[in-house]
Amino acid sequence: MVNMIIDGKNVSAPKGSMLLEAIRGAGISVPTLCAHEAVSRSGACRLCVVEIKKGNRTRIVTSCLYGVEEGLTVNTKSDRVLNVRRLVMELLLARCPESDLLQKMAKDMAVEPQARYAVDTDKGKCILCRSCVRVCEEVVGVSAIGLFSRGSYKEVGTPYNEKSDVCIGCGACVYVCPTGHIEMTSTGDKRKIWGRTFKMQACEKCGKFFAPVDQLKFISKKTGVPFKELTTCTECR
Amino acid sequence: MTNVTEIKQKTKQIIKKHKSNKSALIAVLQDIQEAFNYLPKEALKTASNMMKVPMSRVYEAATFYTAFSLKPRGKHIVKICKGTACHVRGAAILQDRFETTLGIKPGETTKDGKFSLETVNCVGACALGPVVVINTDYHGQVTINKVDKIIKKINNEEGAQQ
Amino acid sequence: MNENPDIQAHQLLDNLSLYYGPKKKFVAICAGTGCRASGSLKVKEALEAELKKQNMNEVDVLATGCLGFCEKGPMVIVHPDKYFYQHVKVEDVPEIVSKTVAKGEIISRLVYRHPETQKTLYREEDLPFYKKQNRIVFGQNGMLDPSKIEAYFNIDGYQALAKVLSEMTPEDVINEVKKAGLRGRGGGGFPAAVKWEGVRRAHGEPKYVIANGDEGDPGAYMDRSLMEGNPHSVIEGMIIGAYAVGSNQGYIYVRNEYPLAVTHLTIALEAARQNGLLGKNILGTNFSFDIHINKGAGAFVCGESSALFASIEGRAGEPRAKYVHAVEKGLYDKPTVLNNVETWANVPLIINKGADWYASIGTEGSKGTKIFSLVGKINNTGLIEVPMGTTLYEIIYDMGGGIPNGRKFKAVQTGGPSGGCIPERLLDIPVDFDKLYEVGSMMGSGGMIVMDETSCMVDVARYFLEFLKEESCGKCVPCREGIRRMSDILEDICSGRGREGDIEILESMGAAIADGSLCALGGSAPNPVLSTIRYFREEYEAHIKEHRCPAGVCKALITYGIDAEKCTGCGVCVKVCATQAITGEKKKAHVIDKDKCTRCGACIQSCKFDAIKVK
Repeated sequence: MVNMIIDGKNVSAPKGSMLLEAIRGAGISVPTLCAHEAVSRSGACRLCVVEIKKGNRTRIVTSCLYGVEEGLTVNTKSDRVLNVRRLVMELLLARCPESDLLQKMAKDMAVEPQARYAVDTDKGKCILCRSCVRVCEEVVGVSAIGLFSRGSYKEVGTPYNEKSDVCIGCGACVYVCPTGHIEMTSTGDKRKIWGRTFKMQACEKCGKFFAPVDQLKFISKKTGVPFKELTTCTECR
Repeated sequence: MTNVTEIKQKTKQIIKKHKSNKSALIAVLQDIQEAFNYLPKEALKTASNMMKVPMSRVYEAATFYTAFSLKPRGKHIVKICKGTACHVRGAAILQDRFETTLGIKPGETTKDGKFSLETVNCVGACALGPVVVINTDYHGQVTINKVDKIIKKINNEEGAQQ
Repeated sequence: MNENPDIQAHQLLDNLSLYYGPKKKFVAICAGTGCRASGSLKVKEALEAELKKQNMNEVDVLATGCLGFCEKGPMVIVHPDKYFYQHVKVEDVPEIVSKTVAKGEIISRLVYRHPETQKTLYREEDLPFYKKQNRIVFGQNGMLDPSKIEAYFNIDGYQALAKVLSEMTPEDVINEVKKAGLRGRGGGGFPAAVKWEGVRRAHGEPKYVIANGDEGDPGAYMDRSLMEGNPHSVIEGMIIGAYAVGSNQGYIYVRNEYPLAVTHLTIALEAARQNGLLGKNILGTNFSFDIHINKGAGAFVCGESSALFASIEGRAGEPRAKYVHAVEKGLYDKPTVLNNVETWANVPLIINKGADWYASIGTEGSKGTKIFSLVGKINNTGLIEVPMGTTLYEIIYDMGGGIPNGRKFKAVQTGGPSGGCIPERLLDIPVDFDKLYEVGSMMGSGGMIVMDETSCMVDVARYFLEFLKEESCGKCVPCREGIRRMSDILEDICSGRGREGDIEILESMGAAIADGSLCALGGSAPNPVLSTIRYFREEYEAHIKEHRCPAGVCKALITYGIDAEKCTGCGVCVKVCATQAITGEKKKAHVIDKDKCTRCGACIQSCKFDAIKVK
């Protein structure tokens, strides 16, 4: 175990864990947007920043990726920290004015939209947290979507904005997206996502459409389990 | 115009030269750009298949680096240096002139395929600023007059060739 | 460790250097990228042809890399007297050969003339540009044809490597570099030996050694000139470093925009391999090391270490968010030394001449010399190498020759987009790693952009933010969104749409972006804005409150007008105006229609009577 002082409190944390878990474990809240339990840490949103002190050197770091250290002093609400969080929220509010989640978070953090920033109308609700890209790469393993271009032109999608041959329509990206930016529509036996229409498999037992045929084929190929053994939905198993 | 088979073949050669090594992706894309003056979609698909790199990764690299173009480029690629020294010596005025005369903005190509306009951040010839590089030719101490002359010269050469 | 490397190494090099040496009489001509653009290759060909014609076959023509005094190119230096000729044209060549090379006679029209005293100075070392420099690294360029390894042998090239492999242990090497006090020349200023020690001690194989040649700061071209003009100095430094840390694989990451550097490095690597200096069993020892060249693809952010690694690994150049040092986990998550090209070029010198000699140059905290690029509104544009601790005043006035066209100095921008602007009252600052931080700037990679009263400091800030906006990788919110918003506000201010309170918003945003960004690109992005606000606040206020650009630069805030007394009615301006905004009768004073005029500057550039004024 490692001993630290967080917001004046003595806190112990397991070696090798991150500050974020230690802070939350101590009952102190830290806002996050790009951290998701299903995928590796991104460090992209910068909301979880804290001010740390080692010796007489202070630094602003993201708690999601900074490992716990013996003797560290952590301040989760210093002026510098609050300034960064406020800026991040103001910038995201201007980028995605339609996002309910961002508006709620801003309210909880007592942050108002910055009038000096003209709001974007072409970014949808995407905050570029990259959880979708990570889940497709790390969990599903097909990397159907990616992050293209750079800087403020950066956007998430499929190559050439065309239908992806490798997408299996599983919708994992939709589940991990914090703002609900990714569109997935289901009508009858069809599911549409990332510009491609997938035929859905009906459950053998209850008849409900529960997963795309392509996804089941993919699982079958990956695990060696024959396709016909995968045609029952999770509830009926 | 190169057809799809030629593109695939040439791309395969390039990838073989780099031993299909995943790390060589950037170098492979540079060679493809060198061969075709842009990155054809078929070339990127071939690269993805042969090098076993997901297409999204290939496309990520292709769109991240400004040295790459996904659209065919013109015969004469005009690069205006926008480094600080050239900026201070009036590079913005030259950019205006190229844009107005050629009717295109940086990143675009004239309809007749003659000119592409790009900006580049410092080619390291600061004593000659403002600098304009056309394909591999460096032009220094460029003035509006020189811009007009350069465009005229290239148009005349193209006209003579036809 | 090795069998008689002493004899093997030194003998090999001794034998090789008997092959070639520039004959006592030779003519050096700069063939760096800058001078090539001025036509120096044609002058070189003319020299070779003329020497042959006049039957002087014993005189060599040495096409060198950059010689530093870029303003005066094409440059020819006639050895052994080192007579310096500037702005040489092909037509001058016959005379140079028949008079100077053959008889040692000076051609006065080609010689440097001191702008104030009008005194002619014809020896390279007498020129004010060169006098106060200490060109321990860069000076070698003048003696080298960069495409011939024999030329490098001739100036004791690879002797340092031979000494290291035959007399020193890896720890000895690290200690020597530590004693010398070598700090990174890329901008970070981190003690090189401490980095090397970290990698030596780290766990993980293989270990990597990398030269950062991504020199992305606009206006800085020191690394280009080293890679073009003396590639072996970088290579030798890297081999020594690899030996010290226990690495067998190295990389040189070169900017895509430096094709000549890539060519010369490629030739140099091959020559080094052929001479047993690179590859397996270097100089007959059991130390093996080789280097691969990676070209950049147009991303300034790839100068940042973890983004550079990502690029070599074949991915988009996004920096890594994790808090782990490259010495522990760098390229492919293995221990990696990443040093700047200029840093590596210093290593053979330290080994050859000793740490004590090296540490005697410079200041207490910053040892050795630094190569700077002096560009912008300056008389003597070029590359200079000075001991650390030289003042900005000496650099700009003694070496740089001051501001052209009788204008007044306004500011010098140092450290590239990560740095800040320094006003006149602070010119006595000695340049080293630490002093420039105190005034809100930094040394960075060494770019120094001089500005005069016709530069608008708000426009400078706007320019840098636009640059950074285009170069941001886009991963983290403060940089991707914050720089864009700062850039928008500056665009507003320069276009007359600035609002009360904008300066305060920029200051507040700047602090948060600096603290919150993932890497140093975002972390230092606010510097140009904050430093110009600090020293030139009045200019910001004029733009915002009075819609006025004091320097006469911001197009939306100025108008062009014709001085009727100076205008001769020649009509040249009418022809170049793209919007037909100028009208007038022949030989009578013309008039500019302010509504049609876009302030593109074409008329001002073409008017021979200085009749068009900016208001």
